[in-house]
Amino acid sequence: MKHLLSAAATLGLALSAGSLAAQDFTVTNATVATGDGSEPVEGGIVVVTGGRVTYAGPAGGAAPAGTVVDAGGGWVTPGIFASLTDLGLYDVSGVSNSNDLSARSSPFSAALDFSTSINPASTQVAVSRAGGVTRATAIGTAGSSIFAGQGAIIDLGDDPEPVVRPRAFQMIELGERGGALAGGSRPAAHALLRNALREARQYGEASGISGSRRRPASIDTGDDVPIDPRLVDSEAERDDVLLSRFDAAALVPVVSGQQQLYIRAERAADIRSVLALKSEFPALDLVLVGVSEGWLVAREIAAAGVPVIADPLDDLPSSFEQLAATQDNVGRMVDAGVTVAVGSYSDMEQPRFAPQYAGNLVSLARVPGRTGLTWGEALASITSIPAQIAGVGGRYGVLAPGAVADVVIWDGDPLELSSRPTRVFIDGIDQPLTNHQTRLRDRYRDLDESDLPKAYDR
Amino acid sequence: MTTGLRTGFAALAAFALAGCATTGTGEEAETADAPAEVPFASTYSAYPGTPTAIVGATILDGAGNQIDGGTVLFADGEVVAVGDASLAIPAGYTRIDGTGKYVTPGIIDIHSHLGVYPSPGVSAQSDGNEATSPITADVWAEHSVWPQDPGFSRALANGGITSLQILPGSANLMGGRSVTLKNVPSRTVQGMKFPGAPYGFKMACGENPKRVYGSRGRQPSTRMGNFATNRAKWAAAREWAEGKREKRNLEMETLAGVLDGEILVHNHCYRADEMALVLDMAKEAGYRVSAFHHAVEAYKISDLLRENDVCSAIWADWWGFKMESLDGIPENAALLYNQGACVVIHSDDANGIQRLNQEAAKALTDGRRMGIEISDAEGIRWITYNAARSMGIEAMTGSLETGKMADVVLWNGNPFSVYSRPERVWIDGALLFDAADPAMRPVSDFELGLPGEGDVK
Repeated sequence: MKHLLSAAATLGLALSAGSLAAQDFTVTNATVATGDGSEPVEGGIVVVTGGRVTYAGPAGGAAPAGTVVDAGGGWVTPGIFASLTDLGLYDVSGVSNSNDLSARSSPFSAALDFSTSINPASTQVAVSRAGGVTRATAIGTAGSSIFAGQGAIIDLGDDPEPVVRPRAFQMIELGERGGALAGGSRPAAHALLRNALREARQYGEASGISGSRRRPASIDTGDDVPIDPRLVDSEAERDDVLLSRFDAAALVPVVSGQQQLYIRAERAADIRSVLALKSEFPALDLVLVGVSEGWLVAREIAAAGVPVIADPLDDLPSSFEQLAATQDNVGRMVDAGVTVAVGSYSDMEQPRFAPQYAGNLVSLARVPGRTGLTWGEALASITSIPAQIAGVGGRYGVLAPGAVADVVIWDGDPLELSSRPTRVFIDGIDQPLTNHQTRLRDRYRDLDESDLPKAYDR
Repeated sequence: MTTGLRTGFAALAAFALAGCATTGTGEEAETADAPAEVPFASTYSAYPGTPTAIVGATILDGAGNQIDGGTVLFADGEVVAVGDASLAIPAGYTRIDGTGKYVTPGIIDIHSHLGVYPSPGVSAQSDGNEATSPITADVWAEHSVWPQDPGFSRALANGGITSLQILPGSANLMGGRSVTLKNVPSRTVQGMKFPGAPYGFKMACGENPKRVYGSRGRQPSTRMGNFATNRAKWAAAREWAEGKREKRNLEMETLAGVLDGEILVHNHCYRADEMALVLDMAKEAGYRVSAFHHAVEAYKISDLLRENDVCSAIWADWWGFKMESLDGIPENAALLYNQGACVVIHSDDANGIQRLNQEAAKALTDGRRMGIEISDAEGIRWITYNAARSMGIEAMTGSLETGKMADVVLWNGNPFSVYSRPERVWIDGALLFDAADPAMRPVSDFELGLPGEGDVK
């Protein structure tokens, strides 16, 4: 027993030491699902060199490279790209000291930058990684205003650098919650929003912040918001005083369309109001979030070219803005031509449940009269499409030449409840899958305390 | 036949409810010392059905058996017979081809707040916690249930839920009586009450009561305060129960019912050490815990739970949302099962109740992956028979056995696959959901004339 334990410990050390660097490898003997909406290919391989995918498809289509990783007849997919998570922002959500999700008493709102607080050592991150989640967008919740702040794109790698892109998007609450935050009604939320965008536009121009009309973006790597406008100090005077200088600066890239603006809205009428914003602020780069009643306005959303991040399983009139909620929502929107990612995970809705949610959309498609997704569409809704909506399509969430090698090997159909990841690679680096939960599982595999208490069993 | 059946059930219901309901048949129940009238008595009776034979399906009977290509017969609200392909089908039975499909007992959720925290979740309808005193043993959840909660129909159509226990919330140490319902649409809660089901009693350990009352500067504000408040109340209840019981006292009547063993304790309790303390408190006070709910650390004391014959009603994989949930692991159910302890998968959630089969599937998977062999036939018990057992209704439902209520789900595939959905659901032999027939989809009063009315949901 003791020998076994120390052998396991040594092995664990060896694995984690070996996981520090990307290695070239080829996954063989697998069903390959690339995440791009296509159906899976049996007898496939995935070739990874230099931390990038160089080939994914039928065996024989490319020469293997590096180490052979035999999937044993399992499946290989891109890692899950989880849209709108709270990963890294708390250890225990109910323990406020450990929780950076919301700041009701803060004087700031739009300026809040969640990338400053992502904790890659959070158990939530480790458990999600073991569930096949490799990338995510992370943001807290609106607390002191309709503006939740700026979310980040992160990776779930076992390393100290979780942030892939800070300040990737600004998030706003409209609908019932937005109304409550703005003072008690939807009109109050819309007035607050319009005033804020105008203040930001005026302040951006007066201060000469990059991206404004007076000073177009000078730096554009295609990867980042050019500079953090909050860091621009300025003597510019301001006409309005509702926003602090810091919040106003944070909204400059939103109003100029350099930073995405995510807006949560559920009710059909609220969704129409969001789409109408484009006529006043044409540069806005909108993403709709929530969208329980999206199917009622699906053609309008599609015509506006605004993508959607939707909770696929909402089917209760849990509020008056969700009366028409149905699990057919995603399928109907996709049929109408809307780009839809599955998403919004927080607290007990964990990012690693994404495959289960996607699988449910497939199950609907198999019931006469209902509208779901094909298997390929369902996998895309939790991999390539969320990446595309986040502005990093082709780079993450897909097994295609040039894509970052976020690769998950599963012991079966990844959308099926009986499957689990057996290997997870992020940036081509083999990841540890142990965490607080697996350690507890191993400790309590038996209840034998005849020699020593459980506290010595590790 | 229709009228006769409904009347017959109503009579049986009243009989069983008044007696001890140990067998569910009513025939052997003692009625000598039963009160003449039961308050808020069930008025539920089975809806009409036709004699039905489901043939060729894989049967997971809830009693631990799997029958491939099996036959299920039910008529007059009851299971007539369950067997393999050789089972003869009597004349007059409607034949349903179940080839490639699965049949299970109706799914049972032991922990639901449908009706007391209904949709829409507005404060006007928030009736699940009488959070005005740490002990509200006098309240009954049925007096809060809104039968028009659209959540009931979603649980039926997507989850195959045929029975469920509605509990008060966990703000209080003693939150009040639960009510067990048949998942049938009804104008009144009495029309949903499960005939003959014993009452449950909701208790709560740990963080919630001490937070709710501690924040008001009163006892309990600590775990030791929780226990002190409970023990004092049990001592008073014992004294009352051993007295004449003449003067009406709603609180004491419920507590005495627990001490008498007629009301089953459902104790919200996360931590292993705290569950062990509750078991000792129960010994001191002289009652039994039927099930610990939300028992995320049950796996740490699965031996103790087995020895005390207590079920653990748990989520498959919720964890980490508060301090006392930090040590939850997805192998909890499997480790309990491995020790021979009773496992129930519960929802505590208006969405989760629609996918209890999927939650059980995840728990099965995580167990199998750590090398614990659990058959599908055993796994289905976690959401059927074991739930019924903890709720005291196992003699009437929870498995497909001759004479039991014909609570039946026909799934279009293995219920542990994400790709499967309920195709038809019968309650007491009456077809109440048919995925192929939009007319067989209940619409609550609340939804009439509103966006999305009657949609497939």
